[in-house]
Order: sequence, then C-alpha cells, then structure tokens
Amino acid sequence: MDSYYLGIDVGSVSTNIALIDGRDLLVYKKYLRTQGKPIDMIKDGIKELSESFGHSKIKSVGVTGSGRQLASIIVGSDVIKNEITCHAIATLNYNPDIRTIIEIGGQDSKIILMRDGIIVDFAMNTVCAAGTGSFLDRQALRLGIDISEFGNKALKSVNPVRIAGRCAVFAESDMIHKQQLGHSQNDIIKGLCQALVRNYLSNVGKGKDIQGPIAFQGGVAANVGIREAFELELGEELIVPPNYDVMGAIGAALLGKENVKVKGSTSFKGLDLYKNDYVVNGIDCNGCSNHCEILEIKEEDIVLARFGDKCGKWSSNSLRLNS
Amino acid sequence: MKITFPHLGNVYIACKGFLEELGHEVVTPPICSRKTLEIGSKYSPEMMCMPFKIFIGNYIESIEKGADTILITGSCGPCRFGLYPIIQADILKRLGYDVDIIVFDAIGEGIDKLKTNVNKILNSKSSQEIYRSSKLALSLIRKTDDLSQLSNEVRAYALNKIDVDKIMNNYYLNIEQTHGAEELLKLIKNTEIDLREVPIDKNINPLKIGIIGEIYTIIEPFANLEIEKKLGDLNVLVEKSLTPTIWLEHHVLSYPFGSKHENMKHKLAEQYLKNPVGGHGRETVGSAIYYKSRGFDGVIQILPLNCMPEIVAKSILKTVEKDEDFPIMTLVVDEMTGEAGYLTRLEAFIDLINKRREKCIG
Repeated sequence: MDSYYLGIDVGSVSTNIALIDGRDLLVYKKYLRTQGKPIDMIKDGIKELSESFGHSKIKSVGVTGSGRQLASIIVGSDVIKNEITCHAIATLNYNPDIRTIIEIGGQDSKIILMRDGIIVDFAMNTVCAAGTGSFLDRQALRLGIDISEFGNKALKSVNPVRIAGRCAVFAESDMIHKQQLGHSQNDIIKGLCQALVRNYLSNVGKGKDIQGPIAFQGGVAANVGIREAFELELGEELIVPPNYDVMGAIGAALLGKENVKVKGSTSFKGLDLYKNDYVVNGIDCNGCSNHCEILEIKEEDIVLARFGDKCGKWSSNSLRLNS
Repeated sequence: MKITFPHLGNVYIACKGFLEELGHEVVTPPICSRKTLEIGSKYSPEMMCMPFKIFIGNYIESIEKGADTILITGSCGPCRFGLYPIIQADILKRLGYDVDIIVFDAIGEGIDKLKTNVNKILNSKSSQEIYRSSKLALSLIRKTDDLSQLSNEVRAYALNKIDVDKIMNNYYLNIEQTHGAEELLKLIKNTEIDLREVPIDKNINPLKIGIIGEIYTIIEPFANLEIEKKLGDLNVLVEKSLTPTIWLEHHVLSYPFGSKHENMKHKLAEQYLKNPVGGHGRETVGSAIYYKSRGFDGVIQILPLNCMPEIVAKSILKTVEKDEDFPIMTLVVDEMTGEAGYLTRLEAFIDLINKRREKCIG
C-alpha cells in the first residue's frame, strides 16, 4: 500500500489540500474557495481526496492557515503551523537557494527573507489589503473582465497609466477616474499592477533587504501582470514554483511528515471523516463578569472541543488550543 | 464623590486601594472589553490613537455604574497624550455627562492647580494618614507588577498552562470583592503562593522575549491582545520594558533626575537618538539594546496605529536590528478583532528565533 502525507491550508479565501509521497513529491493538489464555510470545504476536499486515494495510507497530517486550529480539530493533525513557516519550508524544499519569498494570497501579503536555509526576517501587511487577491478580484469584476485574463491584458499595454497605490480605496477611486477619462482598459490594468507592486514594496517590503533568487507564490503569482511589474521594479526575474498556489499546504505536509517520524503515529482520523456531521455552537457563558463567548464543535453528538473562555472552565475539559 | 479612572493594566488595583484608604468611594471601570472599545470609538475622533478611545469607553462605562468624578494624569509631553484630558473633558460634556474631572498635571503646568487637585483627592486627611496610604499604594503597584511578572515566568515553565490561567483569573475576580490596600496585599500574597505551587518543568530553557514600545499598549492586556499570555503559552519567558513601577520610579520617585534604569536606556539609545521624540520613543530604542545586552533572544515592539513617537523608534529599530544582529518585530495594534493574523506573526517570530538558537548551538 502506498504511503502519503497530507497538508491542509485553510485560508480566508481558499482552502488548499496537498498530498506528497515518500520522496516529498506532490501527487495531488486541490484549490477550493473557502467562501466563509471552512468546515464544509475541508469535508469537500477530504471527500475528493478519498475518491482518488481512498485505499492509500495517510501517514501524517499538517495544517496551516488562519483556520488551522479549526482544521486540526476536525481532521486530527500531527502538526499545527503558522503559514509563514510553512511557506518557507515548502519553498526551501523546492529550491534551497531562494533568499526571498514574495507571497500574496487572498487577504494577506507577506515577505519572507531567508539566508542559508533559515528564516531571518518576515513581514505581513498590517492595515491595508491593496494588492491582495480579493482586491484584484474586485477590480477585475469592476472592469468586467475575468480574473484569469487580468495579467495578459496588462502585458499588452505599452503606455500604463499612473494610479495612486498608497491605499486600496484611493487606488480604486483613482482607477475609476482614469476610466472616465477614456484610457484603454489594458493601460489601466497595467497601471494598477504597477501601483499594487509599489504599494507592496513600500508597505510589506519596506526596509527589507530583498536579495535574489526571489520566489513569487500564493494565488496572485498566477497573475503575469503583477509578476512583470515586480520584475520591472526589482530588476530581477522572479521564480514562480510550479505549485505556487498550494505552497502553504505542501509546507504543512512536509512538517507533518517530519513530526510523525518523532511521534511514531498519526492523529489523523481517516479519510472517511467527511461522512460525519460537524456542528459549531456559540455559548454565552454567564459564570462571571468576563462574559466569554464559548465556541463548541461537535462531531455527530460528541464534543470535540470548546474554547474561547478565559478561566478554563469549558476548555479544560476538552482539547485546548495553542498548547 | 464617587471616583473612577481609566484602565492601565493592573494600575486599577493600586489606585482602588489608595483611594479607598483615603476614604473615597471608588467605581472601578469594568475590565476593558470589545464593548469598551466600541463605545470609545463611537465618541472619539476617528484618527485618534487607540488608548484615547479605550479611555472614553472606560469613563462612560464607569459613569453608567455611578461614578461622578474622573481622575487622570496629564502630560505636557510632545505626544497626543498631552491633549487627552482637555479633549476628553470636552467630549464628555457634549455628551451631557455631568462629571468632575481631576487632572494631575506635571508640576511645570502650574503648581497651584496641582495643589488644588491633590487636595481634592487627599480628602483633608492628616499627613500621617496620607503617608501611610501612599506607602501602601506604592507597595501595591510594586506587588501587582511583581505578580504579573511571576505569572509570566511560571507560565513559561508550567506543565499545564491552564493552571496559571485558573489562578490569575481567580485573582482578578477576587479583586472586585476585596476592599482596602491591606486586604488587597493579602490577596496578592496568596495568589503568589498558589503560583509558586504550579507544577513546572525545570528542564525547559525558554526563549526570552522583551516587549517594548508604547507604554499603554505594552501594559494593557486588552490593547495588546494578551501578548504576555499568548507568548507564555508558547513557552516563552516575557518581560515588559515599561511597567507602572518603572514609570513611577522614573517620573515621580526620582523627580526631577529620573531613575537610574531609564537613564541607562537613554544612554544606550544615544548613538541612534540623542533627543526625546515624545512618548517613550527614545526608551524603546534603548530598551531594544538593553534586552540584547541581557541575553534575550529578541524583542517585539508594540504600538497603536499612527503613534508618532513609536513610528520614529520603529524606523530606527531597523538599523538596531542589523547593527546588533538581534531579531526585532513590530506589531501595530488598532481596533482589530481577529486574532489569527496576530498569532501567526507571533508563532512565526518564535520559529525564527528557535531556528537561530539551533544554528548557534548546533
């Protein structure tokens, strides 16, 4: 029987699943839109996985992304890791020489600096989401084009318009203004790509020593317009790994595999878990003046976890997060 | 006269004890919550820094509990904190709240005004009584700070972090029912004994991280999303660069020369920043170097969005990070509700430091 290692990345916009084999090669990947229903998406992903790999042995599971705690409760994971470390691990596994990672996802954008195979510095966007996937989606919608066409249209422009990229709201109103002046769609799109790259470099990449080779990953790496704008600004070619869209999940899978070597066996509940019903309930605790909001997750009728309390009255009886 | 004051971490414990010793009735504002911030944001100027908004929320929640007098410290330092009492008094007045606001301004702002305000609070007690109360209050401030630090230390080593949660939660709940400084000191003592009995793993060699930056966001757990607890749960030993004790020793007890500890930080910051830049900007730079010299593994700077002094410090810290080869991360806090991104940064920072350590050792 073949052995595989599973990685799940539950992000705000997409839920990604990656399966690697004993030689760390990717054998299966799935990119699903989270659509605010992380539990359903995890179940959907596992269901599809079981259809193709139902008879294989999953020897470990790693979870990452902003929904990692939830994912861990549902599937039973061997490692719960933040997405920054996961991205770095996956990238180093793909190419150990990479010194800078530019990662732009649905809601977050990150920069990770690595030297000699370890992370030495990183940053994430703080208060502005300009340039991230959701922002680009929205602008594509406004321009009436498909997001997959966005990048190609930018490449066709020879005379990009200047768009203010300091802030997502300003960029949008500036873009509309340029539209009303009659600029061509291609020129506007290219201008927008350049504005967003400037925004990224002055917010997320500010003061960071960006050295090549540079990897570009996350959902936005599919956008050739943004990629070209980066290359122009940095004066260097970017490397887009073949599985740029599921790098976080691959990293989680790699870390899970490492962890199980030490741990001995996996905590994975098995591919049949998609058949179970999961219910999440909110409970208002009135035990004291803190008025904590307790979240309870049930699998069929069994309580899997309760968390959100300050005193431990609820969480001490079940699985505790972050420890 | 029912006195209230804004929250600043554990200062309310000492403040409550002191005022009760002087015979006042005290209304402690409810612990800062999302509701506090909601109320504060609604009535504050949009671009104001977060502490201002929480203060407004504290006042209104206290007034609803029956408070009619607000006690705050002023500051003529070149940061927005200096404007707090004036703007806040105006906001409360416009909202129709009839409250008396007592401001303890620095002596430079006029000795007569300060005297009048101090006299209101001292409640015509004898100098002997005042001396006794002040001594107890000082001791309360020190003890509450020591207890917080002890809980940080125990948490880093604790086998079950939840043991620490339970003890500390009990402590905070009991404070509400405890009155007078002596009773409070007793409660602190008992909590300390409980903390020392928590089973720990002595073999852990925890990472040491210093928390530096803007004073309010360092000290108030609600503002920094309980960073001390979050890091402690990840087996990190945390120390704050500013505590009410450190502030008091520098600004009041050693007036006008300043405490040795803080002056040393000024000295350390000197090669980067010779002059004060308002708030604690200079101390932030000095603290980073100070923690490096004490063998810490890294520091985290916390600032409220658009805090001017800390923005200056933040740009300088980039150079300090490089010069000293010392990991420094900056976290900006504002009216955020989601903790996922915050926790991600903390975890990634710890991974980074752990890897550095492994590399140094092996």
